[in-house]
Amino acid sequence: MFKLEPRNEQSLFFVYFSPFISVIMSIFAGAVMFMVLGENPVEAMKIIFINPLKSLFGLSELMVKATPLIIIAIGLSLGFKAGVWNIGAEGQYTIGALCSGSLALALYPISGFWVLPLVLIAGIIGGSIWAAIPALLKTKFNTHEILVSLMLTYVAILLLSVMVHGPLRDPDGFNFPESRLFHYSALLPILIEGTRAHIGTIFALIIVFGAYVIMGKHVIGYQIRVSGESSKALSFSGYSKKTIIWICFLTSGALAGIAGAIDITGPVGQLVPSIPVGYGFTGIIVAFLGRLNPVGILFSGILLALTYIGGEAAQIKMSLPSAITGVFQGMLLFFLLATDVLVNYKIKLKRFFK
Amino acid sequence: MDLFEAVFHGIIIASTPLVFAAIGELVVEKSGVLNLGVEGMMIIGAVCSFVVTIETGSYVYGVIAAIISGSIAASLFGFVTQYFLSNQVASGLSLTIFGLGMAALIGQSYTGLSLTEFPELNILTLNNIPILNNILFSYDYLVYVSIFLVFAVYYFLNKSKFGLILKAVGDNHDAAYSLGYSVKRIRFFAILFGGACAGLGGCYLSLVQTPFWVENMTSGRGWIALVIVVFSVWRPLWILVGAYIFGGITIIQLHIQGIGINIESQYLSMLPYIVTIFVLVFISTNKRRLTNNSPACLNKIFNADL
Repeated sequence: MFKLEPRNEQSLFFVYFSPFISVIMSIFAGAVMFMVLGENPVEAMKIIFINPLKSLFGLSELMVKATPLIIIAIGLSLGFKAGVWNIGAEGQYTIGALCSGSLALALYPISGFWVLPLVLIAGIIGGSIWAAIPALLKTKFNTHEILVSLMLTYVAILLLSVMVHGPLRDPDGFNFPESRLFHYSALLPILIEGTRAHIGTIFALIIVFGAYVIMGKHVIGYQIRVSGESSKALSFSGYSKKTIIWICFLTSGALAGIAGAIDITGPVGQLVPSIPVGYGFTGIIVAFLGRLNPVGILFSGILLALTYIGGEAAQIKMSLPSAITGVFQGMLLFFLLATDVLVNYKIKLKRFFK
Repeated sequence: MDLFEAVFHGIIIASTPLVFAAIGELVVEKSGVLNLGVEGMMIIGAVCSFVVTIETGSYVYGVIAAIISGSIAASLFGFVTQYFLSNQVASGLSLTIFGLGMAALIGQSYTGLSLTEFPELNILTLNNIPILNNILFSYDYLVYVSIFLVFAVYYFLNKSKFGLILKAVGDNHDAAYSLGYSVKRIRFFAILFGGACAGLGGCYLSLVQTPFWVENMTSGRGWIALVIVVFSVWRPLWILVGAYIFGGITIIQLHIQGIGINIESQYLSMLPYIVTIFVLVFISTNKRRLTNNSPACLNKIFNADL
C-alpha cells in the first residue's frame, strides 16, 4: 500500500494546515453520522456550527465557554510539550471551583473590592494543590502521573458533591443540593450588558499572551521544550526533570483552578454538583488542536466551545443527546493525530511492479 | 445465601468486567502498545451489547456484538497509532472521549429499558455442599470465560511460539523486525484483542451487573483496568488477584453502607480511586521489579514494515 518516509525537517505546511484538514474531515464524518441518524446533514451542521455565531447571545456564550477551555489548555500545553501528562485538569478545575466557592460563601455577605480577587486566588491555590499530588508522587516515587491525576478527578467530583450536599448547602434552599447564590462582590463583572459574557475572557487573553512570551522568550519555556525532546539535553542544561515536572503540574493546576473559579464566579454564581462538565478533558483536545501553541490554542478553544454550544443546540432543536459534542471532539482529535503524521513523514506509494 | 456468600458472590460479579478489560490491555501492553482508550472501548461494548440484546432478545448476540464493537473501536486506535504513527497517549484519550460520546448517542433511545436476568450456568451442582456450590458454581458463563481467558493468556504468553513473538515485539521491536516479523501487524492484532476483551468487560456491566443502560456507566472502570495491569506487573495470573481486590473494595463499600455506619456515600465511592492511588505508589516504589517486567518498547513508535 503505502510507506512512510521520514522528512529531513518538519513540514511547516502540515504544521499549520493539518488542524484545518482535520476540522474539515470531522465535519464530513459528522455529516455522514447525521445521515445515518436520519437527519438532514446540511441542516444539522448549520444548527451546530453556524447558527450560534449569528446572534449576540450565541457569541457571548461562545466567550463564556471558550474562556475556561483556553485557560486550561494553555496550562496543559506546557506539560504536554515537556512530556508531562496531566490528564486530571477536570479534577483541578473542580477543586478550584470548590475552594473559591467555599471562600465566597465564607465571606458572605461582606462586600468589598478585595473579595473577588481573594476568591479567585483561592481557586488558584486549590487547583495547584490538587495538581501537586501527582507531581509529588511522580517525583518522589515515580508513580504514573496519568493514572494518579485521573483518579484524583473522580475523587474531586465526589468531594464537590459531598460538600454541596452537606456543609455548603443553602440553608434556605429546601434541601436542594446547591449552595446559596454568591454575594455580588464575589461575582465577575459582566462584559456585555444583558449576556453572561464576563471579564474572565480578558484574563484568558492575558494568559495566552503571557504563555506566548514565556514559551517563546523565557528560559523556562526553552527548558520545557528541551525536556520534551530529550532528557539528556536537559540534564546538560542544569535543570532537572523533576523541576520541570513540578513547574508543569503547578502551572497547569493553577490555571485549571482559576478556570474553575472564573466559571463559578461568572456564569454559574453558586456551587452545584454539576459544575464539572468535561472542560478539563476537552482542554486536552484544545491543546493538541492548537499545536501546543498559545495562539493556536486561542483559536482551537473557540472552535471547541462552538462544539459545546452546537451540541446544546442539537439537543434542543433535534433532540439528539448532548453527547454529540464528545463524538465531534473525539473525531477531531483522531483526525488531527492521523494527519499529523504528514508533519514528520511523507507518504510514498509502494510500487507493485519493480 | 448468608452474608459471606453474598459478599463473595458480589465481589466476583463486580470484578469480572475488570478481569476482561485488564487481561486484554495486558496483551496490548506486552506487544509494546499503551492503549489508554480502555474506558471508551468498554462503554462502546456495553452499549452495543445492550442494544443488540434488546433488539434480538438473545444474550448470545449481545455478547458477540460486544466483542465486535470493542474490536472496531480498538481498530480506530490501531490504525492511527500503527499506520499513522500517532502519539499513543493522545490517541488513547481521544478513543475514550469519542467512545463515551458515541455510546451516549447509540444508547439514547434505550435509556431506562431493562433486561431480564442473565441466564446462570449451573455446570456442576454439588447439592450436598451448598456453600461450595453457591461460591463456585452459581455464576453466569461469562465469569468462567473471564477466568479461562486469563489462564489462556498465561499459556499463550509463556508457552506458545506466538506468545514469545508477541513479547519480542514488545521488548525489542527492531530485533523482532529483523527476524522477519511484521511489528505493526502483530501489534494491530494485539490491539484488536484488547478491544474485544474491553468490549466483553463492558457487556458484563450492561447485561449482567446492572441490566440496563445509563450514560457513563463504566465510571472509570477502564482506567482502573489500566491500573490493574501495572499492579500485576504484566503477569497474567496477577490480573485475577488485582481485579478481585478492586472488585472487593467496591463491594465492601456497599456493605459498609448496608451495616449502617453513618458516613456520606460519596466518601465511600471515593474509596476505589484512593486505594488505586495508594496501590500505584506502592508498586512504583519497587523500581527494579517494574523495569524488569515492563515491556521495553511500551509506548514507543515503530516505523518499518514488510
